[in-house]
Amino acid sequence: MHTRSVLLRSRFALIAAGVLTLALSAPSAWAQGQKVLKFIPQADLRILDPITTTAYITRNHGYMIYDTLFATDAKFQVQPQMVDKYDLSKDQLTYTFTLRDGLKFHDGQPVRSADCIASIERWAKRDALGQKMAEVTESWKAVNDKTFALKLKRPFPLALEALAKPSSNVPFIMPERIAKTDASTNITEPIGSGPFKFVKEEWVPGSKVVYVKNTDYVPRKEPPSWAAGGKVVKVDRVEWIYIPDSATAAAALNAGEVDWWEQLPPDLIPVLARNKAIKVENIDPLGSMGMIRFNFLYPPFNNQKMRQALLYAVDQNDYVLGIAGDPKNGHPCYSYFTCGTPLSSEVGAEPMKGKRDLEKAKQLIKEAGYKGEKIVIISATDQPIVHSQSLLTADLLRKLGLNVDLQAGDWGTLITRRTSKEPVEKGGWSIFHTWLVGPDLTSPAVNFAVRGTGQKGWFGWAEDAKIEELRDVWFASTDAAGSKKAADAVQARAFEFVPYVPTAQFILPTAYRSNLSGVIIAPIALLWNVEKR
Amino acid sequence: MIAYIVRRLLSTIIVMAVVAFVVFSLLYLTPGDPAAVIAGDIATDEDIRLIHARLGLDEPFLVQFGRWLWALFHGDLGTSIFTNLPVTQLIGQRIEPTVALTLCTLVVAILVAVPLGVVAAAKAGTWLDRAVMSFSVLGFSVPVFVFAYILILTFSVQLDWLPVQGYRNFRDGVWEWLRHLILPSVALGTVYVALIARMTRASMLDVLAQDYIRTASAKGLAPGQVLIGHALKNAAIPVVTIIGMGVALLISGAIVTETVFALPGIGRLTVDAILRRDYPIIQGVILIFSAVYVLVNLLVDLSYVFFDPRIRY
Repeated sequence: MHTRSVLLRSRFALIAAGVLTLALSAPSAWAQGQKVLKFIPQADLRILDPITTTAYITRNHGYMIYDTLFATDAKFQVQPQMVDKYDLSKDQLTYTFTLRDGLKFHDGQPVRSADCIASIERWAKRDALGQKMAEVTESWKAVNDKTFALKLKRPFPLALEALAKPSSNVPFIMPERIAKTDASTNITEPIGSGPFKFVKEEWVPGSKVVYVKNTDYVPRKEPPSWAAGGKVVKVDRVEWIYIPDSATAAAALNAGEVDWWEQLPPDLIPVLARNKAIKVENIDPLGSMGMIRFNFLYPPFNNQKMRQALLYAVDQNDYVLGIAGDPKNGHPCYSYFTCGTPLSSEVGAEPMKGKRDLEKAKQLIKEAGYKGEKIVIISATDQPIVHSQSLLTADLLRKLGLNVDLQAGDWGTLITRRTSKEPVEKGGWSIFHTWLVGPDLTSPAVNFAVRGTGQKGWFGWAEDAKIEELRDVWFASTDAAGSKKAADAVQARAFEFVPYVPTAQFILPTAYRSNLSGVIIAPIALLWNVEKR
Repeated sequence: MIAYIVRRLLSTIIVMAVVAFVVFSLLYLTPGDPAAVIAGDIATDEDIRLIHARLGLDEPFLVQFGRWLWALFHGDLGTSIFTNLPVTQLIGQRIEPTVALTLCTLVVAILVAVPLGVVAAAKAGTWLDRAVMSFSVLGFSVPVFVFAYILILTFSVQLDWLPVQGYRNFRDGVWEWLRHLILPSVALGTVYVALIARMTRASMLDVLAQDYIRTASAKGLAPGQVLIGHALKNAAIPVVTIIGMGVALLISGAIVTETVFALPGIGRLTVDAILRRDYPIIQGVILIFSAVYVLVNLLVDLSYVFFDPRIRY
């Protein structure tokens, strides 16, 4: 009996000691004395490959760990980033690039010409502008480990703009062995040469992504400007903490458990603005733009007059309020190219401006011969920006006397259903809404929704040879004035053909604790240069 | 007894096979395409077709089901379509918060609900009984997320006593671990407390009306001894049954709780996977949930022997 009780006591003592050790054990070593930036991203990071997907969260992840040959700055100028110097031959057919000294991948290997060539070739298989560049590319050739050349079949004035493309897909540079992966197969090794390293062991999809400072990174000397300039990292570690519930995210920021919330829903702005320890700011100079996209394969929106009718009916101010909640967070933008960028203009936009003319819209609907065909608007209730636009459009179309069926599901269902080329009776659709960030709509090169390539193009399958011709003219323009004129022509045709109706330009503000400084004003949340006191 | 357990375990395999087939069929028929989600908003038909082919989603139903089943027999639940991580690894990452939350909630709920139910039954018709029943109705009626927000606002934002969100591993320290579980457990436990307290009260009232209870009281046993020693044990079977059945309630409640408190648990893994149509994760998690549910019910059935020696298997 005595022995048993002694044994029991000693077992108890062992367990108690174990529990006490656990209770008193210090948190992981990384937390001690390190500056950790805790950031709530706009979405959950699921896919690590910024080439196979255009998802913005993956693009942002790309900016953390990869670097680019060139980058666009706040003045829309292309600046060298990984490239030290470059030149263009007199016949404008050969670019020669030389890499900066000291560029190294996270696995310790130096960045070589072969890595850059393989990365750009993979990117060019997926990205629309990359594909355009590939059409005129004769060859990429490594001169030596630090110098490589791009030989063109004919002059392509947008070559550097393409290599400095700021949004999806961004031509990030990866090691050659990874960049050789098939362009539609996800890479599994997230190794770049960027300012942060990805800590794969700590990645919990749906919850947390961890990056640590890349101590081998050699930043440029210039001050940061968008994704150009010096990428100086001023924290030791960045944690992306994905909090799906916005009320919880607001509470976490209020309580100081996180430092920065990338995108606030409009209804929570007043809640956070009351806290003096939090700054609510618009750091995105370009914002995003909403759109009403039609299905061009079936009536009624295969008729140009039906689409034009909406130009006279849509009031962008309503959409600003619906999406952004407050006129301060958005404004009408009567342009197919992001307002505030060099190619934006109001050429051809007269039907969208001024007092809304529902009678004119009704007249156009009558001229289009509308026979009461059902208009199916597909929407996603888990995407507030999509759903608020859908509700407004459905209401507007009903006011115009159209037969509207608003079918709401989730985003996963919407993006699957919009691939359907069937009529609405067989699961097809007539209208869907979406939104894109400003950098994705700045020119005819990147605005894929303004194209007219038909069945090969974006969902809706708009077909218009004229807009494609005008786009080619724009690509061929060699100076700024010519480019602007050609872009105006594309836009004028777009307002005639109406590939989609722009609904508003809006900004989702960001919020961060006031002990942060150095937040970069840019259309993408960039986490270098940020200091935490 | 052993034969009974073996029979039940064998029937579990059949249940799991049916679940596997139904889940796979449902997912196949459900609208949604992971290839479209992967491709992103800026994609073309061709982009989606390529991803479709790469994932083998263009193959016939039976081929896909057969491949999945074959891998399952080899202990492979597949790989996430999005993250390329094995489903077993993803579930492994998420199991601890869910198990911790469920266990804490069960412990809190049983420790609170059973005494409440016993007291309500012993003081039936009094203000105490009515108070317990009112709380119970409240617990049933108010959604988990509303309780959760009230708790966050009070104890995290206003009083700054407990964290708003997140989870700490047990190995990071017991106190830190517990601090992150208190609010979620209370939020999730409220409905469970209401359920168990009502069932305990009803069952106790039934037992307290039996002749042997009157005899025990007449023999001079203290009221506490009558309640705990004689009544509660005999009233336990319906209570234990409801606790077992309530595991399903806990699992569904955990999904909401994990979302509100940003706990990286299985519940959130499931919801995220459903929203993105990440089929291997959905299939894996539902299979595991089904197995847990079946096994919990087996344990509940076996526990009847302890509470009522007349039961034999």
